[in-house]
Amino acid sequence: MSSTAVRDQAGPKTPGPDGTGRGERLAALVQKRGAPIVLLVVVVVASIASPGFADWANVSGVLGGNAFVWLLALGMTFVITTGGIDLSVGSMYALGGVLAADGSRAGSWAAVLLPLAVGAAWGTVQGMLVARARMAPFIVSLAGLLGVRGVLQAITNEGSTTYLVPAGSWARKLGEGTWTPVLIVAALFVLGGLLLTRTRFGATLTAIGGNENAAVLMGLPVARAKVYVYVLSGSLAGLAGALGGLRLGSGVTTIGVGYELTAIASVVIGGTLLTGGYGTVGGTVCGVLLLAVLHNLIDHYFSSYGSAFTDAVNGAFLALVVLSQTLLGRARHVE
Amino acid sequence: MSATTVSGRLPQKARVLKDIQNYGVYLALVVLIVVAVALNTSFLSASNLRVQLFQLSPTLLVALGMALVIGTEGIDLSVGATIALSAAVLPLYLGYGLGAALALALLIGAVAGAIGGSMVAFARVQPIVATLSLMIGLRGVAELINGDAAKPVTAQSLLSLGGNSAAGVPWMAWVAIVAAAVVAVVMRRTTFGRQLVAIGDNRQAARLAGLPVRRVLVTVYVISGILAALAGVLVVGHGAEADPANQGLNMELDAITAVVVGGTPLSGGRVRVLGTVAGALFMQLISAVLTQHDVHTSYTQIIEAAIICGAVYVSRERGSR
Amino acid sequence: MIPTQAPAPDGEPVLEVVGAGKTFAGVHALRDVSLSLRPGEVHALIGENGAGKSTLIKVMTGVHRPDTGTVTLAGRTVAFTTPLEAQAAGISTIYQEVNLIPLMSVARNLFLGREPRRFGVVDTRAMNRQAAQILRGYGVESDVSRPLHTLGLGAQQMVALARAVRIDARVVIMDEPTSSLEPREVETLFSVIRDLRSKGVAVVYVSHRLDELYAICDRVTVMRDGAVVHTGELAGLERLKLISLMLGREMSEVRREGATAFAADGHDRQEDQPILEARDLAVRHKVNGVSLSIRPGEVVGLGGLLGSGRSETAKAVVGAIATEGGTVSVAGTAMTRRSPAAAIRAGVVMLAEDRKAEGIIPSLSVRENIVLAALPRLSRGGIVSTARQDEVVTYFMERLGIKASGPEQRVSDLSGGNQQKVLLARWLCMNPKVLLLDEPTRGIDVGAKAEVQSLVDELAREGLGVLLISSELEELIEGSDRVVVLKDGAVVGHLEGDGVTEQALLAALASSGADGADGDVPGADGDVSGADGDASRAEETR
Repeated sequence: MSSTAVRDQAGPKTPGPDGTGRGERLAALVQKRGAPIVLLVVVVVASIASPGFADWANVSGVLGGNAFVWLLALGMTFVITTGGIDLSVGSMYALGGVLAADGSRAGSWAAVLLPLAVGAAWGTVQGMLVARARMAPFIVSLAGLLGVRGVLQAITNEGSTTYLVPAGSWARKLGEGTWTPVLIVAALFVLGGLLLTRTRFGATLTAIGGNENAAVLMGLPVARAKVYVYVLSGSLAGLAGALGGLRLGSGVTTIGVGYELTAIASVVIGGTLLTGGYGTVGGTVCGVLLLAVLHNLIDHYFSSYGSAFTDAVNGAFLALVVLSQTLLGRARHVE
Repeated sequence: MSATTVSGRLPQKARVLKDIQNYGVYLALVVLIVVAVALNTSFLSASNLRVQLFQLSPTLLVALGMALVIGTEGIDLSVGATIALSAAVLPLYLGYGLGAALALALLIGAVAGAIGGSMVAFARVQPIVATLSLMIGLRGVAELINGDAAKPVTAQSLLSLGGNSAAGVPWMAWVAIVAAAVVAVVMRRTTFGRQLVAIGDNRQAARLAGLPVRRVLVTVYVISGILAALAGVLVVGHGAEADPANQGLNMELDAITAVVVGGTPLSGGRVRVLGTVAGALFMQLISAVLTQHDVHTSYTQIIEAAIICGAVYVSRERGSR
Repeated sequence: MIPTQAPAPDGEPVLEVVGAGKTFAGVHALRDVSLSLRPGEVHALIGENGAGKSTLIKVMTGVHRPDTGTVTLAGRTVAFTTPLEAQAAGISTIYQEVNLIPLMSVARNLFLGREPRRFGVVDTRAMNRQAAQILRGYGVESDVSRPLHTLGLGAQQMVALARAVRIDARVVIMDEPTSSLEPREVETLFSVIRDLRSKGVAVVYVSHRLDELYAICDRVTVMRDGAVVHTGELAGLERLKLISLMLGREMSEVRREGATAFAADGHDRQEDQPILEARDLAVRHKVNGVSLSIRPGEVVGLGGLLGSGRSETAKAVVGAIATEGGTVSVAGTAMTRRSPAAAIRAGVVMLAEDRKAEGIIPSLSVRENIVLAALPRLSRGGIVSTARQDEVVTYFMERLGIKASGPEQRVSDLSGGNQQKVLLARWLCMNPKVLLLDEPTRGIDVGAKAEVQSLVDELAREGLGVLLISSELEELIEGSDRVVVLKDGAVVGHLEGDGVTEQALLAALASSGADGADGDVPGADGDVSGADGDASRAEETR
């Protein structure tokens, strides 16, 4: 029906008004594929150079010991994709563990469902405050970080009561060994990936982060999706805490401090834009694995420095990724 | 439509919220003190007040810097980590005298602030993101510098700065009071203060009016870094040890709380210095009152969280602009 | 996937707005507006800023509900409460800015909210296949799985168009769809519109480019001050007539001398050397090689319809927006650094058009707003000198007659006119050499308007070079010594001396295409009684 074609202008001949030059496309590639490539390089180099790194004992330790915490990053991926942030997940992780241990005395089902329900409930509150009362996600979830830990302290009588998971409870099996945790977490990541890329809900989340006004004009259920995303993040944090608690056999009150920062770092290092509008579950997988591997290596070689080195590396990584994202983003917007 | 002038009259609810934002913190402070005295007459004793001032001073210093940053529509999450960094550096140079160590700690704070500020002003990274990466990274660096265990500090000059009083008021508090006065004067009387508020209120108009937007932004973060480093020095002096793993933890949250409770809106364009002082005092006293009456820290924390939420709800941007 | 329902019977309107009125805070945005769209027509909707076009569009698309009047769709009265309801009923809108999600794939943008699904999940393959097929019809032949932002703006606009039309549209409203399109993309757009027309879809076409209107539209509705001033066939309606309708000038109307507060006589230029000279300014999509010069003591008017690049030219001069080319020199010295701060240092200041977004600092006081730019000059060692500051503030509040309860009053509590005076004071206390005024009297009351106008006169007499941008013909004509006329980002006319008349300006605005760029309007001799003669001569110049 039309005679003239509006061809896109990405060819090398015409750099085009949008400036998709070769340099920028390379940069975009680095942003999208950077995490898997760096992960691959680190793993290969470490396997060759570091005896014992590729041993099953080490690998299973890295995977089994950390897998549940990675669920925080999964939830965070969704939140950040909408341009929000959820700082309460570290506290919710700890609360989840305590609730699981507490609930396990009433039965194995309670051990899993109670933390899940509490996480979802708090997520609903946060989501309503963000989506309906239009408060800044940062502040709302900051209050969550403090408040949820307060609840945790209250339940455990300021940390003096320790709840143990009964030895006979089948729920303990959920956290045992390497394979069960890894399979549970992998399954959830796969579901999460499908949710983000293959459903209308996922598309709505991306649209909200990309251009909220446009999403409203397109008739997408913006406020509802925003509530759901915090419900999802809260539920995942509660569940992760529960599974972690079941693995440990008790609710540990001091756990989870700063986990929200690691989760954010993993998500961003994986290539999800902190400003929202682009999220990738696969990237988050690479991000959490990359940080876990680095942590493992640092523990091995710089054990005298402890977690400090990891923090420094995390921070540097994050700064680097965020800077490159911003600069790339700017290159895109300058016409 | 563009011809309409916004009349000064706001709807009833908005007006009440506005009054709460402007004066609520002072009222709350008075009520709190009255209640506290009614419950426990020794609340106003000199020794108790001194204890409160020791704890309040570092938070207030950090909150003052935070208020400036928030005035530009920014936020600085790196202040807690900067305290840790300052604490880590300090013991290394105390041998050269307190002056040298102090200068170096403040310089480090300024550099940390300059990094964050440059990311915000030049690379145009969102403030929350730029300072988040510093928050994670700097504490790691601090712990690396310090090593595993907390280091005891024995330099008498530093210990007396952190523990002694002059005219019945802790030296630490004098430092904080002077800092608050200086910040108040800066905001009221200097070019920089005016430009800061203008940039936070309407950045585009400020740019068109030829204001040095980037320079002001970087300077604001540098000031915040310096004040945080100074707070770190006081914390080390008071605790008689340098413990970067724990010192300054959650300080960014306490500072933001003090600023917000003090009535400074997160949307920028306004810095309430006296309000920030009152906000920091209020948060300090409420946790003191609750603790003294055997309310568990858990409930204290929940109450604090609720206060933050309430304060932000009251001060959140309303449709008018 | 253009909808294929049969066109409604001829003459029966598909969408009809009858007697719509809308008031915002006491200001009439729409007054008794009626508009009727027939199936298969392309209906131009034109008017200057504030004429009520966008409010009318928002009434039709469910963003606003009219206070009075009705909207009828295919004979049924409707009351949309959200844009979504209007979309579902078959009214879709394409906005001037591309309202899509930049980082999402082209296909996802096209299908967002109605993706084809299989087994409960989005069927990406089917979606991409359908998207490619649909977009080919719009001349977009790129890989639909790529992020939207990698497409050119024109192609993005086509995606937005395809998205809007894909819904079983009966009415498609296009709000300045060509503002970011290249000429060949405009051609593609036109062929899409023709296709819609042949399928019985009614198209509302909003644009300021008269050439486009004449090329594609069947009928036209002209709005002014919230009311419809003309509706009819476009063919046969002269350009000059169209512009007169938009600007509120009848062809036979004689120039009303003294309708403004400007002095009747021009200003004596003190020197002939220009104080400001801009050469070949270019801003992407907006300004295309504009040159102008201003001499001390002279008021140069910058005329043109909305969207002609007037504001962008002023902003390019002071370095407030990125330019693609051109030079600016002040008093013979070329400016190397281009930023508002550098321009201010050189003595060139601009009163921005959007007072609220680009002018006032709302929460600061009158005093602080006035001295904002001058602060460094009023300070010693970074401390503001209260005495000098108060001196400046008192002087300018008095000289400009700023009515406030005092210098302490918040500027946002002032009336528009007083806010404008505060901004003028902000610039005047910088002792500028050149003052660029972008719509200085828009939205302010009559008294303040007269005061601002006579102030401009006075300033020019004191030797300031002034650039005056105004949509008001009277203001532009009576206030300016010379007028430079812009159209589509290029200079299409110069009016000088006695040639500065409304008729000559209208004629220059009506000249077709930018090829009349060097066409100084001839014969406009400013003869007060010669309106008819001017009109006929203007006809010739077309």
